[in-house]
Amino acid sequence: MSAPLLSLENLSISFPAEGGRVRVVEGVSLSIAPGETLAVVGESGCGKSITALAMTRLIPRPGRIEPGSRILFEGRDLLALPVTEMRAIRGARIGMIFQEPMTSLNPVTQVGAQVREAIQLHTRASTADARRRVVELFEMVGIPDPVRRIHAYPHQLSGGLKQRVMIAMAMAMKPRLLIADEPTTALDATIRAQILDLIRNLSESTGTAVLLITHDFGVVNEVADRVAVMYAGEIVEEGTREEILANPQHPYAQGLLKSIPRADARGRRLEEIKGSVPRPGQWPTGCRFNTRCPHVFDRCRIEVPARTVVSPTQAARCHLVEQRSRA
Amino acid sequence: MAWISNITVILLVAGAVWLARVASRSRYWRESARELWRRRRVALVVIGVFVFVALLDSISWVGGARDGDNMTAFQARSIIDRIFQPETFKEASYSAPLAGVAFYGGKELKYPGAHLLGTDILGRDVVYRALKGVRVALLIGAFTSLLVIPIALLFGVSAGYFGRRIDDGVFFLMTVLASVPSLLLLIALIMALGKGTLQICIALGVTGWVHFCRIARGETLKLREADFVDAARALGVSDTRIIFRHILPNIAHLIIITFALTFTALVLSETILSYLGIGVDGSWGQMIDQARNELSRAPIVWWNLAGASILLFTLVLAVNAVADAMRDIADPRTRREGQ
Repeated sequence: MSAPLLSLENLSISFPAEGGRVRVVEGVSLSIAPGETLAVVGESGCGKSITALAMTRLIPRPGRIEPGSRILFEGRDLLALPVTEMRAIRGARIGMIFQEPMTSLNPVTQVGAQVREAIQLHTRASTADARRRVVELFEMVGIPDPVRRIHAYPHQLSGGLKQRVMIAMAMAMKPRLLIADEPTTALDATIRAQILDLIRNLSESTGTAVLLITHDFGVVNEVADRVAVMYAGEIVEEGTREEILANPQHPYAQGLLKSIPRADARGRRLEEIKGSVPRPGQWPTGCRFNTRCPHVFDRCRIEVPARTVVSPTQAARCHLVEQRSRA
Repeated sequence: MAWISNITVILLVAGAVWLARVASRSRYWRESARELWRRRRVALVVIGVFVFVALLDSISWVGGARDGDNMTAFQARSIIDRIFQPETFKEASYSAPLAGVAFYGGKELKYPGAHLLGTDILGRDVVYRALKGVRVALLIGAFTSLLVIPIALLFGVSAGYFGRRIDDGVFFLMTVLASVPSLLLLIALIMALGKGTLQICIALGVTGWVHFCRIARGETLKLREADFVDAARALGVSDTRIIFRHILPNIAHLIIITFALTFTALVLSETILSYLGIGVDGSWGQMIDQARNELSRAPIVWWNLAGASILLFTLVLAVNAVADAMRDIADPRTRREGQ
């Protein structure tokens, strides 16, 4: 693999709780190659959104990235950068889009002006130049009638159009990495497909890498090159899209895939993973999935499973996988 | 002293013209102004008349006193003074509105039928005195509001946005101020600063910012967590810029309502101060205070009270009406579609 665009090394994030700090994300290592789309999949509360925020150092107080973590972006350690340089990277080199297009735009400012702000923040473009660029961007993200729409206020646009504005804003500076935190969760199904198409096309035409956070394997199937599955603050499995979708190794990944409704399984009862993600600080010893795993055995409750490489691109943290690969 | 107020008038008018020209370049402000005019024509005209009277009363120069009295010959007299000529346009004592004879004794007046609202105990024309009060009221209302709002915004927004130590500090200050009865503090401050319009403005400002500060802080706390603020941060926007571009515009409608409400509340609280004898000379409050005793006379002397109250009421009503419309216009969520 070529030099990664972004790599997380041993990333841990903690929040204060009764009796000390609790790590909500622990020892996450990930990397994204230039132009690649990586999907991070997991249930609510598994730490995927906070991992994404950590990449631009935007974890809300009193959260903290633990010492020993490293975030390398284009060869620089983001955690060691001064605040002003970090700000220059946000928006310009790393763009972000959020889950809620309804509330992610300032309600009292025209949308064109908000996108223009994103441009003028990082360049010395004149207002007229920046305005022309906004119209281009609106055309690029498929907003009809862009010349008129730049004067619209957010409440005058539909959810899909607002998410397109958000994408235009995030892509305004042609960032090398786009972080999309559940970009389609708040949209209905037809709009969802359009927005995913747009993200994929933009990524292909500009060479921007995408880190997509989702809980939806449908989204994974449509856009991801590689997939990382997160559970209880850890990456439990990673691999290419084909590997994860066709041959998941970790019982959690298998469970997630089985719980998707499918056309060929009509009439049968949908399988589910029993229980829910344990809260941070209440994670079991040994494998963190041992309270819900259908294949749990004694070793799982005692020993933390190591990362087992299954193929050059696939790896999982599970004792079963380790035993199988040894056999 | 006269030249200071003359220059201030020129600066104010020049500033207003400049502000109007800058604002008219932006479509948003042009449309807002047009909308405001469409909705509150009468109230705007009323405010305009009040401002005009206050400006006329602020431009003054020495000389031209008709009675040739040494006392007034070297005093600067405003345009209002020159129109009414109060040195000669007066009676011996009370006279009823438009009366031909004096209230007591029935002697023929110097200017029969000319005093629209009669004259007070010293024979001064009530219309003239009430009009002189316009300047005082606008000065106290506007100047104190301009003092209160920046202080409250600075403290409230930074406390809400940055939180932690700054919030603790601001909250401590607010609690201390709120724990002292405000009237007591006001009186103490005026005693310390001395009497005078500016001193009263400062005293009212020091005691008056807490309420708005609390509103600004609460609103900022809410907005700080808003998704669009997170989105702005993710774009690399600095804290100062977030405050000016994303927080302040979203509490602009609050600023406008508060400006109007403080403005009217201040004009009214000056009345209370005058009642306690520490008000500003020539204010409506003083006129109302003096009218207190006149109300118990038989037959009743009501025109002094009426003159001051009518103007006070009209001003407060007009300002509130305009502020109400401004709030609706400033808030894009209540704005009509398709303009």
